[in-house]
Amino acid sequence: MAAPVLRWCCPARRWILANIDRGPRHGRGAPTGSRSSGKRGQSSVAQQPLVTAQKPRKGEHQWAAVVGLEIHAQISSNSKLFSGSQVHFAAPPNSLVSFFDASLPGTLPVLNRRCVEAAVMTGLALNCHINKKSLFDRKHYFYADLPAGYQITQQRLPIAVKGSLAYSICVGKKRNQVINKTVRIKQIQLEQDSGKSLHDDLRSQTLIDLNRAGVGLLEVVLEPDMSCGEEAATAVRELQLILQALGTSQANMAEGQLRVDANISVHRPGEPLGVRTEVKNLNSARFLAKAIDYEIQRQIEELENGGEILNETRSFDYKLGCTVPMRDKEGKQDYRFIPEPNLPPLLLYDSASLPAGADPQQVINIDQLREQLPELPSVTREKLVQQYGMLPEHSLTLLNEVGLLEFFQNVMKETRAEPKKVTSWVLNTFLGFLKQQNLAVSESPVTPSALAELLNLLDQKAISSAAAKKVFEELWRSGGKTPAQIVSEKRLELMQDQEALEQLCQATMEEHPQVVMDLKKGNPRAINKLIGLVRKATLNRADPTVIKEMLEKQLSS
Amino acid sequence: MLGRTLREVSAALKQGQITPTELCQKCLSLIKKTKFLNAYITVSEDVALKQAEESEERYKKGYVPPYNATVVQKLLDQGALLMGKTNLDEFAMGSGSTDGVFGPVKNPWSYSKQYREKRKQKPHGENEETNWLIAGGSSGGSAAAVSAFTCFAALGSDTGGSTRNPAAHCGVVGLKPSYGLVSRHGLIPLVNSMDVPGILTRCVDDAATVLGVLAGHDCKDSTTVQDPVQSFILPSLTDVSKLCIGIPKEYLVPELSSEVQSLWSKAAKLFESEGAKVIEVSLPHTSYSIVCYLVLCTSEVASNMARFDGLEYGHRCDIKVSTEAMYAATRREGFNDVVRGRILSGNFFILKENYENYFIKAQKVRRLIANDFVNVFNSGVDVLLTPTTLSEAVPYMEFIKEDNRTRSAQGDIFTQAVNMAGLPAVSVPMALSSQGLPVGLQFIGRAFCDQQLLTVAKWFEKQVQFPVIQLQEIMGDCSSVFENDLASVSLKQ
Repeated sequence: MAAPVLRWCCPARRWILANIDRGPRHGRGAPTGSRSSGKRGQSSVAQQPLVTAQKPRKGEHQWAAVVGLEIHAQISSNSKLFSGSQVHFAAPPNSLVSFFDASLPGTLPVLNRRCVEAAVMTGLALNCHINKKSLFDRKHYFYADLPAGYQITQQRLPIAVKGSLAYSICVGKKRNQVINKTVRIKQIQLEQDSGKSLHDDLRSQTLIDLNRAGVGLLEVVLEPDMSCGEEAATAVRELQLILQALGTSQANMAEGQLRVDANISVHRPGEPLGVRTEVKNLNSARFLAKAIDYEIQRQIEELENGGEILNETRSFDYKLGCTVPMRDKEGKQDYRFIPEPNLPPLLLYDSASLPAGADPQQVINIDQLREQLPELPSVTREKLVQQYGMLPEHSLTLLNEVGLLEFFQNVMKETRAEPKKVTSWVLNTFLGFLKQQNLAVSESPVTPSALAELLNLLDQKAISSAAAKKVFEELWRSGGKTPAQIVSEKRLELMQDQEALEQLCQATMEEHPQVVMDLKKGNPRAINKLIGLVRKATLNRADPTVIKEMLEKQLSS
Repeated sequence: MLGRTLREVSAALKQGQITPTELCQKCLSLIKKTKFLNAYITVSEDVALKQAEESEERYKKGYVPPYNATVVQKLLDQGALLMGKTNLDEFAMGSGSTDGVFGPVKNPWSYSKQYREKRKQKPHGENEETNWLIAGGSSGGSAAAVSAFTCFAALGSDTGGSTRNPAAHCGVVGLKPSYGLVSRHGLIPLVNSMDVPGILTRCVDDAATVLGVLAGHDCKDSTTVQDPVQSFILPSLTDVSKLCIGIPKEYLVPELSSEVQSLWSKAAKLFESEGAKVIEVSLPHTSYSIVCYLVLCTSEVASNMARFDGLEYGHRCDIKVSTEAMYAATRREGFNDVVRGRILSGNFFILKENYENYFIKAQKVRRLIANDFVNVFNSGVDVLLTPTTLSEAVPYMEFIKEDNRTRSAQGDIFTQAVNMAGLPAVSVPMALSSQGLPVGLQFIGRAFCDQQLLTVAKWFEKQVQFPVIQLQEIMGDCSSVFENDLASVSLKQ
């Protein structure tokens, strides 16, 4: 059977805001965005080099790119959105399918309270207005893994609207300049996931797995406030962190719990927005950024060569690194939305509107959920900056790497070393080793305790920084040994014997009279040469500052 | 497979693990291999294969649901016995029970003494075989089953009158409860926002008894009301003087047969003569009801029928060119003209470009129709009294002269506005027409005042003493038992 391609798409939802004047966008006071939204005008110019940097070409600075995102996050819940089937990744095919999920005639949807709570929490965390009344609709299309022939979604009146997502990107040569940005959130809607189709082209078969059919999804629609792949990828990463902090979605892109479609257009500043394309099914942050930047570049080139952009759906071929048109007729698809007649309007309450004597099992109190919100990533980062005097870009990295913050905090618990030192070791040395070997924090051979012990040795001046690096390498290579063991085995401890060190200094000066002469002639750099020589003689076990002091003392005597 | 027991093989066939032809061929091939046993004198291969083919057809026809509807389960929980599945129009689309894959339902009154005697008086008696009457519909099988004494109560579905219409034609009581009172879980949907499981019985008390079993919140149906349900035991009304009966003037349509009209007036006078206040009321938007229903019904049908794609269950055609081609052919083959027609027009109404002009407008009209009832009930009317159908049941040959859509529009004319408003309504047989056929009248009550409605219906039923159907001729050997039964029934009354 031929495979009709139609997944995760809402092209029927036209980009309503894409064509309106940009004025009101700036004027609208997003809760956290007044500062950053003011910056957006500049930043989109500032972003230009990023876009064009890959292939610098004449005249490209005249183009501005506009990127919006539709993100589907699978809700982390025990059971599906409208049925009692379990939600579980990688269960045997079709083992988690209720009669409703298979759309047996006569079955009816029953809304899962947990999914509603997850949507409300996500909406609150994203500064959304929570609609106290929202509605469900049916969106019709025929597809083998959509058993009912329609998806239940929230087209007319979604559960949350008009929010904002603040994120920060690092720019500059050293990427040490943090720019705060905000993307507006148009809406968050609850909807059903579809099943999965497995196409066996060899046997012309399509196999259907309905385990995923009916799992609750949050569709988060981000307004076209981004201008390049990096911005989009960073915004998605921030959303991912928020969802994970809330526990409303595991948001693992590799497991399909977070799926992103991007709407992309380019135009000349001051002119109306260009025709947009939609790039679908971007399932990793890296491909997301790549696909968007490729698509921007492609559109610019197309237009500069006198071509035109078609309003079409494209997919990203990660092997070729380019976007290609999808061969579906989805652009012409009419989803024939109608109200879902089997679900009454979803009503939410706040403490003021809660009906007296209402059964707590039957009502959802928005205020109560607001109180239960956990600490969000932005607050965590702020705390790191406040508590440890950490640079904002360092706090960003600590949160962005899975498990790194926890690792850092565990090291902090067990060490007397300065927070700045710990940050530097975790972000440079530790993370560097992980990246080099492409490992996750959880796969690290060095435990937080080991690093803490190592930093303690360094802090006590028992070892030099250079020796500490060696110990770390050794720890990485031969897990199981403690830093102290390695230090003593490899004889890396700093020379505590002052007399011996003084003798070494003396001997070195005697061996290199020329250098001493240079120094005496007034070349202050010559002392570094001597320090280096002494350190070498101590097998790097002496503190260079101590050596310097001794040398100076001996020279002046 | 061949080593299994009959029971196991039967289950395998039902679940589609093996087809009858495959099983037959397995047997035949083993018969050939074991010829040396000399067990068979003749092997009827051709006959067996042909039978297998026929068997296969039979298996294709029946969908066996893997779960019980809430209404069925509630009856079973009370110890009720399930006698079978009754016939109806395909997907409940029709008003004659003539358009189902299992063939038309015949009205038991076609074979009644009352009707036959009247027919004999006619000079040109037509062929008896082809002159049977329709049962009404769409739940005609349920009405016929109850009418012919084969069971005590039956369930139907009622979206535009599908329970009340056949009840009127078959001379039984047909109750459409308030929307939200009885669970729709397990009811194959026609128009979700109007569907209600209907109850068919031979008397009003029985309908109330069954309603008592079925009513109440079902966590599987989010549209059922959560309020605790009160008892449906009906008091015997002796005084109707405090009742106000409304007679909607818009229900006096030109197509209404004079006989039904005169019975309707007679009923109104009956209430009046017993002291009830009988007033003419207006439901001004009634005439828009049929066209409004057409849009809303077909739109939801288009949506609800989308699941019948041949993948998960039901008929699937053999075309394997593409998934779309398989869908198209399956749905072309699997649905009759009526169903396909409604799917097509419904999809037209909900196209993006038409949605506002058709669906939204129809929803607004629906609200006006519902408000008509609210206004009338707010003015002090307790119950409305209307005809159930335009006329008594007509012969099948007469009925099929018009197409399903025309017949549905005619059949639903008095019943379907009630579904738009979600109100309870009951059809009660009143008397026999000059042809000896039952005529039913409809009572419409306030939302969730089903008990009040049934109480009035019960009083009316007692007054009119509708005659019992006389089916002795077709009952054959059963007739004696049957007559004794009837005698005792009469005594009780």
